[in-house]
Amino acid sequence: MPTKRIDLLICCGSGCISAGSLKIKEKFIELLKENNISDEVNIIETGCMGPCDFGPVMMIYPEGIFYKKVTVEDVQEIVVEHFLKGRPVKRLMEQDKEVPVTVKDDIPFYQKQVKVALKNCGYLDPESLDEYIALGGYEALGNAMTNMTQEEVVNVIKKSGLRGRGGAGFPTGMKWDFVRKAEGSPKYIVCNADEGDPGAFMDRSLLEGDPHRVIEGMMLAACATGASKGFFYIRAEYPLAIKRIKKAIVDLKANALLGENIFGTDFCFDIEVRTGAGAFVCGEETALIASIEGKRGQPSPKPPYPANSGVWEKPTLVNNVETLANVPTIFQKGAEWFASMGTEKSKGTKVFALTGDIANTGLVEVPMGISLKELIFDVGGGIVGDHKFKAVQLGGPSGGCLTNDHLDVKIDYENLLEKGAMMGSGGVIVMNDTNCMVNIAKFFLDFSVDESCGKCAPCRIGLKQMYAILDKITKGEGKPGDIEELEVLGNSIKQLSLCGLGQTAPNPVLSTIRYFRHEYEAHINEKSCPTRVCLDLINFNIDKDKCIGCSLCARRCPTSCITGSREEKYTINQLECVKCGNCLDVCPVKAVSKEAGMHPDIIQHKEKLAREAEENEL
Amino acid sequence: MKTLADLKKIREKAQADMKLRNSNVRVKVIVGMGTSGIAMGARDVMKTFLDEIAAKGLNDVLVTQTGEKGFSSMEPVVDVVEDGKKRVTYGNMNVEKAKKVVAEHLINGNPVAEYVIATEE
Repeated sequence: MPTKRIDLLICCGSGCISAGSLKIKEKFIELLKENNISDEVNIIETGCMGPCDFGPVMMIYPEGIFYKKVTVEDVQEIVVEHFLKGRPVKRLMEQDKEVPVTVKDDIPFYQKQVKVALKNCGYLDPESLDEYIALGGYEALGNAMTNMTQEEVVNVIKKSGLRGRGGAGFPTGMKWDFVRKAEGSPKYIVCNADEGDPGAFMDRSLLEGDPHRVIEGMMLAACATGASKGFFYIRAEYPLAIKRIKKAIVDLKANALLGENIFGTDFCFDIEVRTGAGAFVCGEETALIASIEGKRGQPSPKPPYPANSGVWEKPTLVNNVETLANVPTIFQKGAEWFASMGTEKSKGTKVFALTGDIANTGLVEVPMGISLKELIFDVGGGIVGDHKFKAVQLGGPSGGCLTNDHLDVKIDYENLLEKGAMMGSGGVIVMNDTNCMVNIAKFFLDFSVDESCGKCAPCRIGLKQMYAILDKITKGEGKPGDIEELEVLGNSIKQLSLCGLGQTAPNPVLSTIRYFRHEYEAHINEKSCPTRVCLDLINFNIDKDKCIGCSLCARRCPTSCITGSREEKYTINQLECVKCGNCLDVCPVKAVSKEAGMHPDIIQHKEKLAREAEENEL
Repeated sequence: MKTLADLKKIREKAQADMKLRNSNVRVKVIVGMGTSGIAMGARDVMKTFLDEIAAKGLNDVLVTQTGEKGFSSMEPVVDVVEDGKKRVTYGNMNVEKAKKVVAEHLINGNPVAEYVIATEE
């Protein structure tokens, strides 16, 4: 077999797959064969490379060239020009001020990033155990097992300052120590991969892109605590992650790295994958444990904590995917190295999933202590189009939103909590100035109402009440006192709910009230949606001076509520208007405008209805 | 797998398979693959380099390619680039010459003077 001379790494994270990377791979296979160079090129499917907005993306080694937005039609040019003639295709490279950037590390998106958990993601073949071993994999585990005591292993993590990446930020070393000291046998390790926030895909990308790293982290945790069995709790919506973890487990067993007497020691460990049905509440550790046991996924009061009484009432360590993914590197490079990054209380790096109105949507990893501004504008490339930055939602439906005033906030657990947001698992939803904050709060609350398990009343009933008030506000039926009512309800739900879901679900509402109270007030007092999002609080109007009477709007109106003629020009019957915006889109002379506020006709109509109802009652 | 030594063995083998992605290369062999280079047999030359390097187990040598270099009359043209040494350019290469370059230059470190057409800092 001749030596391969090119490694073609095609990003096969879920984002790039939906953008067509698998079809591109097929085309490469076909064209390489046609050009008779199949045996010179390695095609490797990798996990997420990060810049999902550029997808499908690929890297070509040895040159380290990065291509973005590749289509099936581009494959021919890459094979003939680049692979055969050695001339990289410049038009497919990332352009920085119209100069193609050849090397991946020079792309601005990557420059402020520090990859620890994502180190190999997008660089190795996630289905190859050998490649993971080539990059130093399982050596830390071997060392820990043969040369270190349980206490020493725990101490490394304690010294590193690693904290839980699932959101709450509990010190990982302490958790490990609790389980190590807990009495009972067997002990279990659970990897919480029940990532469910809208806009978050960190854990999925890690499991898909570097499954062995997470497994090694889990085995190190087992080594530290004396656990003999591990569970991966992955939601069924992540089929690729499940497939890759399962493949990794099979490969490990075939190589005796999993099973009895690993590395010739007394250490025995087995891993099982449990798929969740996609309930958000199962990300809460007690609900997750119930689900693993085959019961209904509902949380239970703590204490007892899982460290003492978890899966089948045995000592159980529950760690998030990203937490475990950091562990092998901490052992390879040392606790001091890890602790040298970040802020005083939050060490290391954090993976974020950037989504929303941001230029570079994708998966990034940055040191703790980086400012929001750097994350959104330097790494994320700022806001798309001509719009302005308005707010960022951190921590998904459990987190809160931060505004322009907070761009200099240094990202760490305490800072974010103090400002009313939270680290959460790492979803970052960036919003531009066309977003209505009341509507955003309603969106996240809708999610939480839907996902509430119903076990405790504050969460089940309280959230629903909050939602009803928000719904009225966005429909123009809000009344003075609603904001205060939302605050009272929100704060009580936070204090009284049983589990993390209810304790955090009011956050989006409370934080938007805190920073965008004027928008709520405009909705309630002026019956106006300043960003022109809430349909009941906007109106469409035709400017008769501009209207040329072409009748296009009238013909496109789905409710036939626009009438007029060439002479009289056209008008909208406000009572019938469904605010679809067709008239605005089709008007050739921009005579149609979309304005904030309820139309006087509708206000009058509503008042009339109210009067009639009152009279009927009398 | 029973010991750390076994793990090391797997790692060394796997690292060799991944060397294209590793930036730690001692020598780069750059084959000119412009139209005239290909017409004069640059592909065979490149394949010979690949085969020979694999056969001799030279894990720190990388074969890559470049476009037209402007030496059309001396194609196929091959550059050998080594850190801290002059860039050596060979011209009028063929399969036999390529084998000799691997043996004498890449392994023993002595450029094959009779094929050299240029050197450069």
